[in-house]
Amino acid sequence: MGRTFAQKALERASGEKDLVPGQIVDAFPDLYMSHTASWRCIRTLERMGWPELYDVDRIAMVMDHIAPADNAKTAGYHALCRDFAQRSGVRKFFDVNAGIAHVVLMERGLVKPGEVIIGTDSHSTIYGALGAFGTGVGFSEITATWVTGKLWMKVPESIRVEVDGPLARGTYAKDVMLRLIGDIGADGATYCSVEFHGSYVEAMSVSERMTLCNLAMEMGAKNAFVPPDATTRAYLDEAGADPASYEVLLPDPDAEYRQVERVDGRSLVAQVAVPHTVDNVVPVTEVAGTKVDQVFIGSCANAKYDDLAIAADVLAGKTVAPGVRLIVTPASSRIMAKAASDGIVSTLLAAGATITNPGCGACAGVGGAMADGEVTFSTANRNFQGRMGSYHSRIYLGSPATAAATAVRGVISDPQELLA
Amino acid sequence: MSMSTAVGGRAIVFGDDVNTDVIIPGRYLVSIDPAELAEHAFEPLGPEVQQRLRESAVVVAGRNFGCGSAREQASTCLIGAGIGAVVARSFSRVFFRNAINTGLVAVECPDAVDAIEDGGEVLVDYTAGTVTVGSGTFTFAPYPPGLRVILEAGGLIPYLMREAEAGQRG
Repeated sequence: MGRTFAQKALERASGEKDLVPGQIVDAFPDLYMSHTASWRCIRTLERMGWPELYDVDRIAMVMDHIAPADNAKTAGYHALCRDFAQRSGVRKFFDVNAGIAHVVLMERGLVKPGEVIIGTDSHSTIYGALGAFGTGVGFSEITATWVTGKLWMKVPESIRVEVDGPLARGTYAKDVMLRLIGDIGADGATYCSVEFHGSYVEAMSVSERMTLCNLAMEMGAKNAFVPPDATTRAYLDEAGADPASYEVLLPDPDAEYRQVERVDGRSLVAQVAVPHTVDNVVPVTEVAGTKVDQVFIGSCANAKYDDLAIAADVLAGKTVAPGVRLIVTPASSRIMAKAASDGIVSTLLAAGATITNPGCGACAGVGGAMADGEVTFSTANRNFQGRMGSYHSRIYLGSPATAAATAVRGVISDPQELLA
Repeated sequence: MSMSTAVGGRAIVFGDDVNTDVIIPGRYLVSIDPAELAEHAFEPLGPEVQQRLRESAVVVAGRNFGCGSAREQASTCLIGAGIGAVVARSFSRVFFRNAINTGLVAVECPDAVDAIEDGGEVLVDYTAGTVTVGSGTFTFAPYPPGLRVILEAGGLIPYLMREAEAGQRG
């Protein structure tokens, strides 16, 4: 019987052979990512009596969730992390100016095919966009791995998702994922490895693949995967990842899948997740006309360069509707620099957007909070109650194009109507 | 003397897809103290739910309990509130890991969930693999040995500290 990507990745990381789903193994991850939660790991290490680190070069820290610090307490946490990184020799340390951890690590060549990467963030599934096995864990597990180098992992079953394209006009990777999450539910892929295949996936950019793999978490996936190809290779080359430093792992043609899901991108329409769950998904037409107070274009799901470019296309020459706040938070400083140099930032500013520094921003509840009764249309990956300010506010999720169209009209709108 | 592996008491019952932002809102993640976190557990659902949580020993839920964020405080805030076990139809994988790794008993037992009433008494024996509700007893697959030792040590970090100490004593 052939093996899935997950079986191969965990065999590589555990040194064991012939793993089958359900088995529990000790895996040795290649990279341990911790974001602003790094201070919790450091405090835990202190509690353990400062044991020796297994391999400091596998530690990556990115200060993204609360960046820059918003009060003396969080500033103290940041100081603790900086001090620890310097004392311990953590070279993969990125401060508050870098952006969202996942995107920062990928664009700097620190995420490579075949690797097992754990992170203190559920959306670590995103690393599958480069053919890596990424999964979220708690901070105690990161600290334990700092010390022991290993972590228990259950070998997951796999789900194969086939996406055929090209996508209908006005629809994007976000719409594909919202439709899929709506179809199989918030727990439809719990504990599973989700592999994305099909003609549309092959034609996608790495950025779009990030959106797929990121949102796989919202159906409960343990990890996600897109087979590395020439597109992946070109991205990695530009990011400075030495091809000799990684091994591409591909599922066998006769690998066993728990289920196969198909999304026909050609007949897709823009999708919206309505409050308060991500699997509460409807076509945009069903909620079109809903008044919004704020639009947020940000997060590791949809604030990459092409996401900002799509939003700028919709907003070019137009202005944000009166009374609506448009907040744009680029995913990384590199993305922001590129968007600034080619006019995207000025287009957004001219339309009336507030552009914040790169990072998690309003998605993590920092800046862009809502008052009682307010509504935000967001490109992020979660619409849970109270996530952005008041417990009595509402969050709708959709693509950057739908968000931009909604900002222009002041009500949830189908982007098709505004795309030239 | 064998260690007791049963935990139980009054149950508080929730529905499906209870997410981490509801269990412990992101704004409180600036703490890792269980008692401090417990004050804000389930805050979005209002003070009445919070009060009932504090009077309960077992959280009972439907499908996909703890979906969302990887925040470990979703488990520790429950421990701080005096919860000894969570019985659910199913868990999100990160919540399940965090529960074991912080020493919180988490078992999947749909039949028991059907039988438990809000405010009723529940007893979970994770060695026997049983959930007792009134006169009914429901079974679930016991933990693999590797996970059980972590749980019984009080979580992953206490487990590693104990192992390191044992190693030094040689």
